[in-house]
Amino acid sequence: MKNKNHLRWSEFLIQTLIRVLGFSSIGFVLLIFLFLLREGIPVFFQVSPTNLFGTRWYPTFDLFGTLPLILGSVLVTVTAIVIAVPLGVTTAVFVREVAPNWAREVLKPMIEVLAGIPSVVLGFFGMTLLAPFVRETLGFPTGLTAFTGALILAYMALPTIISVAEDALDAVPKSYRDAGLAMGATQWQTIWRVVVPGARSGIVTAVMLGMGRAIGETMAVMMVTGNAARMPLSLDSIFRPARTMTATIAAEMGEVAQGSVHYHALFGIGILLFLLTFIINLAAATTIFKKRRRGGLR
Amino acid sequence: MRKLLFTCYRFVSTAFLIVGSVGALAACRPSQSAPDVTPEANQAIENKGSDTLVNLALAWAESYMAQRPQMRISVTGGGSGTGIAAMINGTVDIANASRAMKPEEIDACEANGITPVEFTVARDAIAVVVHPSNPVDQLTLAQLSAIYTGEITNWSQVGGEDRPIVLLSRESNSGTYVYFLENVVRMGEDSDLLFSPDTLLMPSSEGISAEIRQNPNAIGYDGLGYVTADQKMVAVALDEAGPFVLPSIDTVNDGSYPISRPLYMYTAGEPSGEVRAYMDWILGEGQRLVPELGFVPLRTE
Repeated sequence: MKNKNHLRWSEFLIQTLIRVLGFSSIGFVLLIFLFLLREGIPVFFQVSPTNLFGTRWYPTFDLFGTLPLILGSVLVTVTAIVIAVPLGVTTAVFVREVAPNWAREVLKPMIEVLAGIPSVVLGFFGMTLLAPFVRETLGFPTGLTAFTGALILAYMALPTIISVAEDALDAVPKSYRDAGLAMGATQWQTIWRVVVPGARSGIVTAVMLGMGRAIGETMAVMMVTGNAARMPLSLDSIFRPARTMTATIAAEMGEVAQGSVHYHALFGIGILLFLLTFIINLAAATTIFKKRRRGGLR
Repeated sequence: MRKLLFTCYRFVSTAFLIVGSVGALAACRPSQSAPDVTPEANQAIENKGSDTLVNLALAWAESYMAQRPQMRISVTGGGSGTGIAAMINGTVDIANASRAMKPEEIDACEANGITPVEFTVARDAIAVVVHPSNPVDQLTLAQLSAIYTGEITNWSQVGGEDRPIVLLSRESNSGTYVYFLENVVRMGEDSDLLFSPDTLLMPSSEGISAEIRQNPNAIGYDGLGYVTADQKMVAVALDEAGPFVLPSIDTVNDGSYPISRPLYMYTAGEPSGEVRAYMDWILGEGQRLVPELGFVPLRTE
């Protein structure tokens, strides 16, 4: 009886603790969001919309056109994902489905170590080695381009994409594979027609997480994209410098006078960035939700 | 499980960072509290003004306070105008300015019974740099302006090879950016010319020098003190008649190099006591700190 009572108490304590921790994490996010709104909303009243969504970002001279920054972020992120997704998903398939056991044991920890490389190190690598390489081999005026940034970002998103996609493949029941092979399909056909579609929602999550990583990355991007706030409208824009929203905030926040229009403008960019990632996450959530409701796999 | 491990790894590394920085803070503390100083001996100097000068002024204040723990020197930025306004209101002992005081500002000071005394404490010079292999070794201000507004886009237009010009600049919040814009891009005139949108804004001096070192198309500028030996400096002239002058401590101090300016500190009245001692130290021993912050000291050592 005593023992039972004791159990119930510890049960209660642990439950409360977990509940408090869980709710406090929601609380923190909410507080951060409120702070972001409080600091960022004023700019939408202080600066006219034509200026704010104009094409010229010269904050020192009261030109707060965020369009080149938004497009710069989108350009770099989309290119990074286009590079990283095929590589990431095929690597996950190789590690999970094709590689012999010993290779898997080596590869998996290595991939996880990749995720731990600090972004400033990758940025420095990009600035001193990758940028000259891109300039010399592709013959552009400078190697500090959106493309170089996308390469580094793709590299940074890869570990996330591989790990999550591999988990998703891992969760596909063995009976699917057995059934595929029993029907006379080759290993290749089983992988591409049965296992990968079966892990589809997990792979979509992997891509979205990778994208979130890419769009929010700051340091490495700031070091290799050249940070020129130009409108990336021509076809060769990908091989020209670009300025992302994150790099703008990081580069300018340190010196800006607190409470100035420029200060609020930087938080305004934060709000726009938040909206952008929110839309991406929402899109991911709805795709997964739809799949589930249709009675799709996993 | 693996995802969990991954998160744990992140968490642990963050925790290490936090512990590390707290440790560093704690380690800093003892040096600040000097043991045998009576409160009466504390001397405070208020120092305010130019954002260009703020880091140098801070370095001076820190170094000076390390030698004389009874001194309290508080340094704030805000711009030359802010510092001078504070001097007019009599709330600072020393005002920092990257420009000379205007006659009406001096009048306003004197109307409040304060006579500002001007000290040139350092000089700011901006060097224009290119890749060592670039054959261009002299440019006029007008050419620099045309290059940085995007009017000239190829090195062959200024006597170089047939290569596109890649523009490098410091970030828009640096004092160097504003000075270069006003005195080179706008050539000191009241215009609304801006840097070309294709200008690459580099977050640090290291960013500029890394790109200059490896890219023969690039042109950049930075404080003279930040220019390393592996970049080629360009001689600059006010107009085509010349003379084209390379920046150096001598050409900056004799005023022949066109992209340079004196940096000032103003004291409220002829300085005496602790303020006098501080100004003397800045003009003497303090000059050693000047090159470390990218400025030009008043004389060659």
